[in-house]
Order: sequence, then C-alpha cells, then structure tokens
Amino acid sequence: MKSLILIMISGALINNVVLNQFLGICSFLGVSKQMKASASLGGAVIFVMTIASAVASLLYNYVLAPFGLDFMKTIVFILVIAALVQIVEMFLKKKSPAVYQALGIYLPLITTNCAVLGIALTNVQNEYNFIQSVLAGFGTAVGFTLAIVLLAGIRSRIHEEDLPRPVRGAPIVLISAALMSIAFMGFSGLSF
Amino acid sequence: MNTILITTIVITVIGIIVGAGLVFTGKKFFVPVDEREAAVRECLPGNNCGACGYAGCDAMAAAIVSGEAPVNGCPVGGAPVAAKIGGIMGTDAEALERKVAFVRCKGTCEACRQQGNYVGINDCRSAALAGINLKDCDYGCMGLGSCVTVCPQHAIRLVDGVAVVNPNLCVACGLCVKTCPKGLIELVPESKHVRVQCMNRDKGPLVKKVCSAGCIGCSLCTRQCAFDAIHMDGSLAKVTYENCTQCGKCAEKCPAHVITLPCPVPAAAAEKPEEATEA
Repeated sequence: MKSLILIMISGALINNVVLNQFLGICSFLGVSKQMKASASLGGAVIFVMTIASAVASLLYNYVLAPFGLDFMKTIVFILVIAALVQIVEMFLKKKSPAVYQALGIYLPLITTNCAVLGIALTNVQNEYNFIQSVLAGFGTAVGFTLAIVLLAGIRSRIHEEDLPRPVRGAPIVLISAALMSIAFMGFSGLSF
Repeated sequence: MNTILITTIVITVIGIIVGAGLVFTGKKFFVPVDEREAAVRECLPGNNCGACGYAGCDAMAAAIVSGEAPVNGCPVGGAPVAAKIGGIMGTDAEALERKVAFVRCKGTCEACRQQGNYVGINDCRSAALAGINLKDCDYGCMGLGSCVTVCPQHAIRLVDGVAVVNPNLCVACGLCVKTCPKGLIELVPESKHVRVQCMNRDKGPLVKKVCSAGCIGCSLCTRQCAFDAIHMDGSLAKVTYENCTQCGKCAEKCPAHVITLPCPVPAAAAEKPEEATEA
C-alpha cells in the first residue's frame, strides 16, 4: 500500500513529467495561456493517461512479453493508444455529452502527446504490474495538470506586467517554466 | 526469420482487432448529427470571418439549427444564402436587404483644408488618440486609411484624401465601422442611394469655414421631402431609409451637395472589381 502511494506521489511531484522529465512540453507551453483551457486539458490528460497506462500494461504483460516482442512496444503502444482515445471519444459523445463537451477538442489533441506514450513506456521500464501502472499513469497526469495550471496562473499574471521588450511573449514563458522546473527539483530529496 | 514472422502476425492481429473495435464503436455509438446542420454549413461561405458574431461557420450553422441565430445571420452570404438556409430550416428568410458600408464624409483635399503636414504613425486611430486632426473639420475623414487596412475584402480605398467604399466588394462585416475613430462609417441598405455624406454637427457658419462640402444644417432638404424621410438631427440632416423613395429632390436642392444622388459610385471605386480579381 505504501509503495503504491509512493508511486503516485513520485509520478506527480518528484518525477514530474513536464518539469523533471521534459515530456509533453508542446501542450504545456501551448495551452497554458488561459487557466480554464489548461484545466480542461489537464482533465483530459488525467483521463487518457490513466486508461492508456492500463491498456498498455495489459498489452505488454500478456501479449508483447510472452511473444518476446519487447522491441515493438513503441509502435504497438502508439497504435493502441491512438485507437483507444478515438473509441473513448465516440463512447463519451454518445453516453456522456457533458463530459465530451468539457474535454472538448483536447481529447483527440493529446492522442499524440509524447507524455502519454512516455508514461506507458516508463511503466514497462520500471516493470510495474497492472495496478502500479494505472496509479503511476494517474499520478503522472495529476502532476502534468498541476504544472500546466500553475504555469497558466503565472502567465495570466505576467500578461498584465510591463516587461522589458526582449523577454515579452515566448521568452518569459520559457524563463517561468525553467524556474518552475528548478523549484520542482526540490522535491527530489523527498523521502518517506 | 521466425521473429519477423511472429512480429508481423502479432502486429497484424493487433491492428485488425483495433480496426474492428473502431468500426464496431463507430457503428454502435454513432451519434446522429442533425442533418440540417451539415446542410446549413454547406450553404455558408466558409471563410470563417466571424462577422456573424460566432466563432466560425461551423458554430454559426449549429446556432442557426438550434434556433439561436436567425437564418439571415450571415452578413457575407447575404440574401441568396439566407434564402437557401431558410429553405433548409423551413422558415421564410425574412428578406434581408444587403447592406454596404458607407463613409459619411465628402471632405476631399479640395473641399476641406489640410492642417499642415502630419508625420507620425500612419494610422487614423493613433493620430486620433494623440488628439491630432489632419483636416480643419473635427468630424471628417482623417484620410490615413485605417479602414483600408482593416478591410478584409479590400473594398475601401482612399480617393482624394477620403475613404471610399466600393459597394460591389463590401460584405458589410462592420470591421471598418468599429475601426474608424471618427465613427464616420455606417452600414446602409445597398438599394438606398440617397444618403447624407457628412457627419459635421456644428452650426452652418462653422461648417462653412472648414469645409465646402459639409452639411450646414439649412434644413432645405427636409422641406423638399414629401415622404417624411429626411430630418434634422441638430444641425445635421439624417435620412430615414425606410421612408425614402429616392426621388432625389432633397439632393437637388442641397446647397452644399452633401446628399448623394441615386448613383453614388465614384468612377475611381467602380473600376475596382477587376483589380480585385487580379489580386
């Protein structure tokens, strides 16, 4: 039990997917202009990453590993995750339009997010079992959401500031993200 | 060899299962989209200009089908599109008069004296913000062409220091109306050619001093009109387009020739369409 909680906290804070592993930077910088949009994206990422981790774990443990097809995992994971998100999207559209509206365009957008694939591969590398993979995926996605919502908050404040001309726009966002990353490095000493 | 074979088989099987799964869910969870929405979307121009007030043509189509927006809500498509959409929606498109932008100023370089040379940002809004008037008239066209820059249809150009709209190219998106710092541009019904081409609200002598083509508020036009279609708004004449029959009597009598006659397209603007097709 303790190790499961540790996996989640480690995924969310200590090995934060964006700020420590530098995966999913594109959406992290691209969709963090508004708090609301970034929160929706975060929700969609939590949803997709948890499911993708679960399916990838099952697929690896029961199909790829027994056949000795370890080297094909990247391709198979991409294929399956993309199809899975598509299916989930259709399902939501029919059964739960409210959720579909809330996640909106972000659901298909993160199908190709490297963070989603990255976590599926990291789970395999760490030799996690099914439950551990699901929790690691969930924890990591929560970490992504935390990071992107924090950055959106910072950016909305920066937006109102009178900045020196050279750092306006993209530069100040990258500087903020870098400072956040350094701050998150502080978690690396965390132990239980 | 064996590895390649196994890999191929396994990946193919996974691919087939995934594909079948997609087809199955696609059938099973098919959400019937309102047919009318797709049909309405087909009729709309599809340039996603946002002039209707919605995010794009898709959003507009959804709004029309849900009854949120009127069938004639697309200012770009105008009456033909409205009629088509009305046919799909089963409602009569209220005959929507096509509107065009119209610049209410006649103060050309000749009519209205320039106030020295302006050297600065070449934009009416910037100049207006700095409190600069380029011409003697406080109300008139500044002639720096902010509306020209902002017009997505390239329908406006500066003729002799005054912006002129080519009604053939104008789609009545209203961008120039919002842009003009003097509030000179308005959307008027295209077929109504009798328009007052001045916005100066000062009294007659003051207007005469600054511009030879300004409305001096003599109210001669109101006395000519038999249809109650032209009134004085302070010392500025104003046409009520619903009543106007375009007899042109007011325009004939106007001492300043500030009311346009039923054929107002200046030669310079009329030749524009050819250029536009080239571009």
